[in-house]
Amino acid sequence: MRTLFTVFLKEVVDNLRDRRTLASALIMGPLFGPMLFAFVISLSIERSLDDIDRTMELPVIGAEHAPNLMRYLLSRNIEVTNGPADRAAAIEAVTLGTHDVIVIVPAKFGEQLADTIPAKIELISDQANTQADRDARRVRSALNSYSQALAAVRLVARGVSPMVLRPIDVDEIDVSTPSGRSAVLLGMMSYFFIFALLMGGMYLAIDTTAGERERGSLEPLLSLPVTRGQLMLGKIAATCVFMAVSLLLSLCSFFVALKFMPLEQLGMTPNFGPDVVAVAFLVLVPFTLLGAALMTLVASFTKSYKEAQTWLSIVLIAPTLPILIVSILTLRPQLEFMFVPSLSQHLLLVDMIKKEPINLLHVAISVVSTLAIGAVLTWICARLYRREGLLG
Amino acid sequence: MITVNDIYKSFGKVRAVRGVSFDAPDGKITGLLGPNGAGKSTTLRVLYTVLKPDQGSATIDGSDVVTDSLAARQRIGALPHGAGLYPHLTARENIAYYAKLCGLDKPAVDDRVASIVDLLEIGDFADRRSKGFSQGQRTKVSLARALVHNPQNVILDEPSNGLDVMATRSLRELILKLKDAGRCVLFSSHVMQEVAALCDDIVIIANGKVAIDDSVDGIRNRTACDDLEDAFVRAIEMVEPD
Repeated sequence: MRTLFTVFLKEVVDNLRDRRTLASALIMGPLFGPMLFAFVISLSIERSLDDIDRTMELPVIGAEHAPNLMRYLLSRNIEVTNGPADRAAAIEAVTLGTHDVIVIVPAKFGEQLADTIPAKIELISDQANTQADRDARRVRSALNSYSQALAAVRLVARGVSPMVLRPIDVDEIDVSTPSGRSAVLLGMMSYFFIFALLMGGMYLAIDTTAGERERGSLEPLLSLPVTRGQLMLGKIAATCVFMAVSLLLSLCSFFVALKFMPLEQLGMTPNFGPDVVAVAFLVLVPFTLLGAALMTLVASFTKSYKEAQTWLSIVLIAPTLPILIVSILTLRPQLEFMFVPSLSQHLLLVDMIKKEPINLLHVAISVVSTLAIGAVLTWICARLYRREGLLG
Repeated sequence: MITVNDIYKSFGKVRAVRGVSFDAPDGKITGLLGPNGAGKSTTLRVLYTVLKPDQGSATIDGSDVVTDSLAARQRIGALPHGAGLYPHLTARENIAYYAKLCGLDKPAVDDRVASIVDLLEIGDFADRRSKGFSQGQRTKVSLARALVHNPQNVILDEPSNGLDVMATRSLRELILKLKDAGRCVLFSSHVMQEVAALCDDIVIIANGKVAIDDSVDGIRNRTACDDLEDAFVRAIEMVEPD
């Protein structure tokens, strides 16, 4: 036990003095993820919010043929400007991207309207361009509502109630809560936490295995009167601690970052207070043993620091797979999922953010199965260190 | 006391060691001499329990290096070839880490580290991080690390590699001090003169086999060469190739 503690302490001190390890454990993982997330979310929220209020310019060819329509568009915050000379020029302008949407009102528009023939209007847009498509949708919906308003006026003129055209009135009742809606967006955060956790221990896992071998310090270490299992456990314990610190930091930094995200404007109130931070830490922390042992195991097989880095970046991505598969198949949380590390933590975290009651059985299965797999991997690491092939 | 009894070791198709036997008694310096790739390092690695022999056995003070490797490791201090330090730890911390792993308690660790730092005259840089150390400084610290727990048996794999004249000289003095203290010293080298100046017994290895195991004079007699270099070459020629 004292040997284990000696190894543990040495690895902690050694790595605390290593700038690269420190940067990836304390800055890269914990700060980078939440900051990137906050930035992207805030940006997209702001864009979608100011879309409706924003006055958009719409080039129209033949605006003089439909003065009423133009006034209507203006009331919808769409400012009509002079379009290109003709139809061909308009198509070219949209293709080149000088304009996103152009509307053409043919000369016969007023005439057709008067004859109650469907009056033709052309809307030119590039539907492959998502940015432009948003503007096109806005114009399309404005034109549709103008059309409906006209239809209603025509029916009234003929003494028919406009209600004739609405046989069914659908009333939608949304049972989602503000916290539930936020889970859609914040669910992916669980991967950021696992990523930060793994990043925190990655350089330790490399340094204590491939690094030690490359430096030539492994062989003298193995000639000391200690068992290899003790060495391994001390190293994995140090890696676990770095991972846990990294995890805690990333949870805290996300807690702070959330305060800067205008989620309320989308009707989302994420349940992510200090109590959730604490519980999330406890739910995620068993993953450190698994992560540390897995990374140490993979790094043990590699011949050099560089090679270890390459392989471990693959290990960084591996925990996304179960999360990804379940989100694509949109599976409901089930008991069996709790046996799968990373997925179980993800589902529990989503439940917490949704403010749904936490199923203690689920938590227990998640913790126990994650720890069990971690223990097995640790055991394999210790066995591996008895092999002489390890020395390369 | 180190006893090597007919060990064999192959790496894939390379038969590195093919039946090496010798004794390294206490209070004597035993030199393992041989050209590059002769199997010196492999033999020593078996002795400090990093490799397991395919065949044969070896004991350190009676403890078998395979079946009782922990006890064997307790009796040795090893300086592997090209041993590295932890760059972020100071020389003193590097040495203290090994002392602690050898089971010394806190006061004993401080005590032993201080005396080994004195003995090897590394006080000047003992509190600097070992990142920028020269080869000589690194070797001295590695040596201090290997000797910090006062091992009865000392195994050094090409310890004079990369050392300058002064450092080689102080290394030689240290080895003689260990001998006077009744320790068993076993070291490898490919420089005949170095071995001849220091060793009581010389084991010449070539092609994974022992060519000659004798004193310096004994080797001169048996090879009928007065010049040590000639004797070394003659001895190697006595081993039949693979």
